[in-house]
Amino acid sequence: MVRFANVTKRYGPLTVLDALNLDVNQNEIVSIIGPSGSGKTTVLRMLMTLEEIDDGVIYVDGTPLTHMERGDELVRANNAHLRQMRSNVGMVFQHFNLFPHMTALQNCMEAPVRVLRLSKEEARHRASELLEMVGLADKIDQHPSRLSGGQQQRVAIARALAMRPKVMLFDEVTSALDPEVIGEVLNVIRQLAGEHSLTMLMVTHQMGFAREISDRVCFFYAGNIAEQGSPDQLFGNPENERTRQFLSAVLDAG
Amino acid sequence: MFDWKWDFAFEILPRLLWATLNTLLAAGIGYGIALVVGLVFALAQRTGNRPLTIMVRECVEFIRSTPLVLQIFFVFYVGPQIGIVLSPWTAGMIAIGLHYASYLSEVYRGGLDNVPKGQWEACKALNLSPTDTYFRIIIPQALPPSIPGMGNYLVGIFKDTPMLSVIAVAELMHAAIAVGSEHYRYLEPYTLVGVIFLAISLPTAFGVRWFERWVRQSLGMGKQHEN
Ligand SMILES: Nc1ncnc2c1ncn2[C@@H]1O[C@H](COP(=O)(O)OP(=O)(O)OP(=O)(O)O)[C@@H](O)[C@H]1O
Ligand SMILES: [Mg+2]
Repeated sequence: MVRFANVTKRYGPLTVLDALNLDVNQNEIVSIIGPSGSGKTTVLRMLMTLEEIDDGVIYVDGTPLTHMERGDELVRANNAHLRQMRSNVGMVFQHFNLFPHMTALQNCMEAPVRVLRLSKEEARHRASELLEMVGLADKIDQHPSRLSGGQQQRVAIARALAMRPKVMLFDEVTSALDPEVIGEVLNVIRQLAGEHSLTMLMVTHQMGFAREISDRVCFFYAGNIAEQGSPDQLFGNPENERTRQFLSAVLDAG
Repeated sequence: MFDWKWDFAFEILPRLLWATLNTLLAAGIGYGIALVVGLVFALAQRTGNRPLTIMVRECVEFIRSTPLVLQIFFVFYVGPQIGIVLSPWTAGMIAIGLHYASYLSEVYRGGLDNVPKGQWEACKALNLSPTDTYFRIIIPQALPPSIPGMGNYLVGIFKDTPMLSVIAVAELMHAAIAVGSEHYRYLEPYTLVGVIFLAISLPTAFGVRWFERWVRQSLGMGKQHEN
């Protein structure tokens, strides 16, 4: 479903992703863990086309994300192609990024109406179903400023789902939350994971949660995958020394 | 101390009030132009097109650092020499509109810069078009913090309309000068001009403050931005 082929990303002299190769199958749930600065967020941001690619190709559903095939060559994609490809991917941010001047419902209706050209009725129907699914049926007419962090993040998940993406990206979606509301957000993700009808890439510091819901866990180190495997294998019996160090540091701290 | 004449003041008041309508009209039209053109200036600097950005920024800088009265003269008297003949009203509206557009573009720019980066990223992640991103998401958030600055320039443009008298636009100042020179009395007309300006400026300033609160509330935003 998603394939990173030798993807390199640099910020000036700093190489953040170094010829990264990563394959994610349809409906697979992949967690990305690793130390700060190892490039975890960058992977998601590139897949969401928020960052440009310096080298290599990302494929989504077999089609190059930011390139177009012209003859035998791959050339930089135009806007139409980018918008087409972007519709496959949805993202949930650490800081929610809800639209503050819109209610929860309006947040979830905006893009379906403007981008997918759904009728207001259809969009409202879809949005309220999703808000109900994330447990916010009674909050649909509230503005974000009236919602708790956990509630805002659940609206943000509903908003992304309303676009019916094939791939969902979660970037440390509980890191900005108070401990007591983390559970309600994880529950929503757990429920999505249980349906297994969505490809999910999740950057997280919640090791227990990653172990519980992932099909596969990737340990990032210095812009590349140092080790990957099933949760039981990676958490239970890590082979790489760096993985072991990281896990023991995280588990000690937690 | 002064020999203020009430009967003279009352005699000229209707004429001055009529002229005030022109002043309000001039301020209104000028401000309308400034609101729209200012937004165009601000957005043009964000297109990512370097030459356009630099050109607009230099224009704005140029307009902001030369006196309005010079710009009014320039449009009105230099225009005809290159074949553009404009009526005093048209020339005046162009000059004052562009002048304040330059100031307002800076206000808008500040407002736009104030919108968190995450909002742009959310728009992109949701695949909103650039137009929808600006007009549905970014500008509504840039607006409330811009209102105090926009309000200041509304009062500013109103107070600057007397400069249009230099090209004989029949606004309040022009009428006062005319009344004064007809009767050889300046105390009453100029005092009345001052009172009329004050009577309009003060409520406007209050109105702007009230309007800001109202906009914030109707957009569901508190005093501060959320994220
Ligand atoms: N816009 C940018 N300009 C310059 N450097 C950047 C930029 N964005 C990220 N970086 C750098 O790229 C590296 C990887 O960043 P990234 O955000 O992907 O790390 P991360 O693994 O998500 O870390 P964290 O766990 O702290 O979120 C870091 O060294 C970071 O400083
Ligand atoms: Mg990160």
